[in-house]
Amino acid sequence: MGLTLHHFLILSAILFSIGLVGALTRRHIIIMLICLEIMLNAANLNLIAFWHFSSNPLLMHGPLFTLFAIAIAATEAALGLALVLAIFRHYKTIDLESIRDLKE
Amino acid sequence: MNLFDFSHSVGWLWWIPLFPLMATVWLGFFNPSGKFAAAVANAALLASLLLSIRAFAMTWGPEAGVLTANFTWIQVAGVNLEFGVVLNPLTGAMLAMVTFVGLLIFLYSTSYMSRDPGMTRFFCYLSLFMVGMLGLVMSNSLLLLFMFWEIVGLASYLLIGFWFRKPSAAAAAKKAFITTRIGDLGFLLGLLWAFKATSTFLLFDGGQGLLEIEQITALSATKDVLFGLNGAGVIALFLFIGAVGKSGQLPLHVWLPDAMEGPTPVSALIHAATMVAAGVFLVARAFPLFLADATVLGIVSWVGALTALFAALVALGQYDIKRILAYSTVSQLGLMMVGLGAGGLALSEGGVSIGTFHLLTHAFFKALLFLGAGAIIHGCGHEQDIRLMGGVFNRMKVASICYLAGALALCAFPFTSGYYSKDQILLSAWTAHGAVFWISASASLLTAFYMTRQCCYVFLGDYRGKGPIRQSPSLMTAPLVILAIFSLAMGIVSEEFYHILTYLSGIAVDQHAWIVVVVSWVIALGGIALGLLIYGGSQLGLDATDPMKGSLRTPYAWLENQFFIDELYDATVARLWKASAVLIVFLESGIHFLVETVRGLVTGMGGFLSKTIDQKLIDQISFDGVCDRIYKSGRLNAIIQNGFLQGYLRSVTLGAVILGVLYLVFAR
Repeated sequence: MGLTLHHFLILSAILFSIGLVGALTRRHIIIMLICLEIMLNAANLNLIAFWHFSSNPLLMHGPLFTLFAIAIAATEAALGLALVLAIFRHYKTIDLESIRDLKE
Repeated sequence: MNLFDFSHSVGWLWWIPLFPLMATVWLGFFNPSGKFAAAVANAALLASLLLSIRAFAMTWGPEAGVLTANFTWIQVAGVNLEFGVVLNPLTGAMLAMVTFVGLLIFLYSTSYMSRDPGMTRFFCYLSLFMVGMLGLVMSNSLLLLFMFWEIVGLASYLLIGFWFRKPSAAAAAKKAFITTRIGDLGFLLGLLWAFKATSTFLLFDGGQGLLEIEQITALSATKDVLFGLNGAGVIALFLFIGAVGKSGQLPLHVWLPDAMEGPTPVSALIHAATMVAAGVFLVARAFPLFLADATVLGIVSWVGALTALFAALVALGQYDIKRILAYSTVSQLGLMMVGLGAGGLALSEGGVSIGTFHLLTHAFFKALLFLGAGAIIHGCGHEQDIRLMGGVFNRMKVASICYLAGALALCAFPFTSGYYSKDQILLSAWTAHGAVFWISASASLLTAFYMTRQCCYVFLGDYRGKGPIRQSPSLMTAPLVILAIFSLAMGIVSEEFYHILTYLSGIAVDQHAWIVVVVSWVIALGGIALGLLIYGGSQLGLDATDPMKGSLRTPYAWLENQFFIDELYDATVARLWKASAVLIVFLESGIHFLVETVRGLVTGMGGFLSKTIDQKLIDQISFDGVCDRIYKSGRLNAIIQNGFLQGYLRSVTLGAVILGVLYLVFAR
């Protein structure tokens, strides 16, 4: 039995869940960013999988979207890390529990 | 178009500018050490030289003629913009000359600039210049030619301002850029006009090109388009304005003497041998357009002749060795224009070879003179004032002999290369227009005279400068020797054995007039003799007055100050500029008054609106009332806003999950 679309979808669902749980529970801000990336890549995996098993893989929509998403994810990661740095400089901590200035 | 097809098309010509371009990119992006940069630039230019020699040889071969390789660059709204390269004798000879002289100057610069911290930058710019110049001479499209023309202008700007920390160099670079821009505007107008009239930019296109008989006939059939010129004449006139800017003709010559602020090899390559000749080349390239209207040819020859005389006069009164050579360049470029203009009137199609031949010989001997001047300046501890030189001949034998060879060629001493090319110009001028002939002849006489003056100052007498004279390294003298051989022998060889005039124009060129030969001998020998008579035995130097100044005080002051042209432009164009600025300030204060009035009205109305309507009705009743209620409901909401980031995230996720579940339940 070869690989089918479902294998990929399940794998990506697992990845997404791991990322989601991580993002919701971990208090380390960088781990949270990494979890965000995992979720994004789960979505990318979906795009590639659907493209691969689609009726006309000669249309390059899947890889195009994915490349776009990767490029944007790269900029987003750069921005996120810069923000983390700024937050760390300001609060002297990156523990999310102790940063509570988002209210009001 | 195939870059690798070396036998059937001429698309491979693109490699000639591509090699220097690769060098430019390499040096510009990777910034290697100076020695390595020089090696890269030299190697790239050597490759271009070999290909150029192949192209040059092809133009002599049986398949000679006009070979083109065109391709469509962009298509917009049914308009095709086509680019291409062309190989004909004019291109072949220019390619060979530019790369050969260029390589010699590159080698010379390798030694001359070896102590300069900006050596990498220097070779990067020089290679960029080579890209532009080589592309310019092989372009088959007016638009492409214009693009390379601008690259060349940019490289010239960068190189004049190479020592940009020196304020005079920065100012000279700016002046050169802006002055040539005025000419370029003319070029641009001509280019657009040509495109509007013929809807093609291609110069040669199998019978359909701008310079081919069909289009020229159609263009010249439209009479009295502008200033009484025909359709082709108007385009030619605009292109000539571009050439005036680039080739330093009156009245746009002011930038060229100042351009000597750049390093001396730059002056030799760009502001003497090649780039300033681009204007002359443009006229030669577009020659069929000029031939279509005799009036434009007349303008070209008159502008050239007046420039030649004017610049030769100014050169008499200068003391800076490079500035004398710069004015001499302006003067010689004027003579080339005379060659093209008068040659066209006298010989029709054959005229193109007259100006171009002088361009080629001039490139060799003027490059030699500048490089020689560089060696002398280098030797005298970077002194450029000829009053502080003297006695150089005995201390720098090789460089001095080479310099004298170049000076003889410039004076058109019989049987040097300058003699042959200048003779042809004078012959054409004699046939075309008597006055132009006499003006050019007197410019040539002055040329011989001021070169003798300069050589007397530099080579005779005792050394008047400070510090010891340094010898030039052999890497600097070798190019001088090669150029000297060319300056002396090129004319006789190309004229007597290869009939270069016939080769360049494609038709037999044969003109004789004994009086012109006599006049040119008298000019060359008489000018030198006169110079030796006045300056040979005189006391020269900073403390002694110039022998000419002694007897002709007021006229000489005009020459020393370059006829006050810079001051004239300051007093007219610059002042006009300032006056219009004042006028604009005045206009603006009027507008300001209007604006203030309107503002007062609006303020008054606004006061009424704000007090009664805004504050009472909108603020207190509507806005504040609504805000109050929103604020109160906000307080309720704020309870769940505890500032914990992941708390929010969890709410969002919970919401998403609930929505998903609802969808699954109800969407089925």
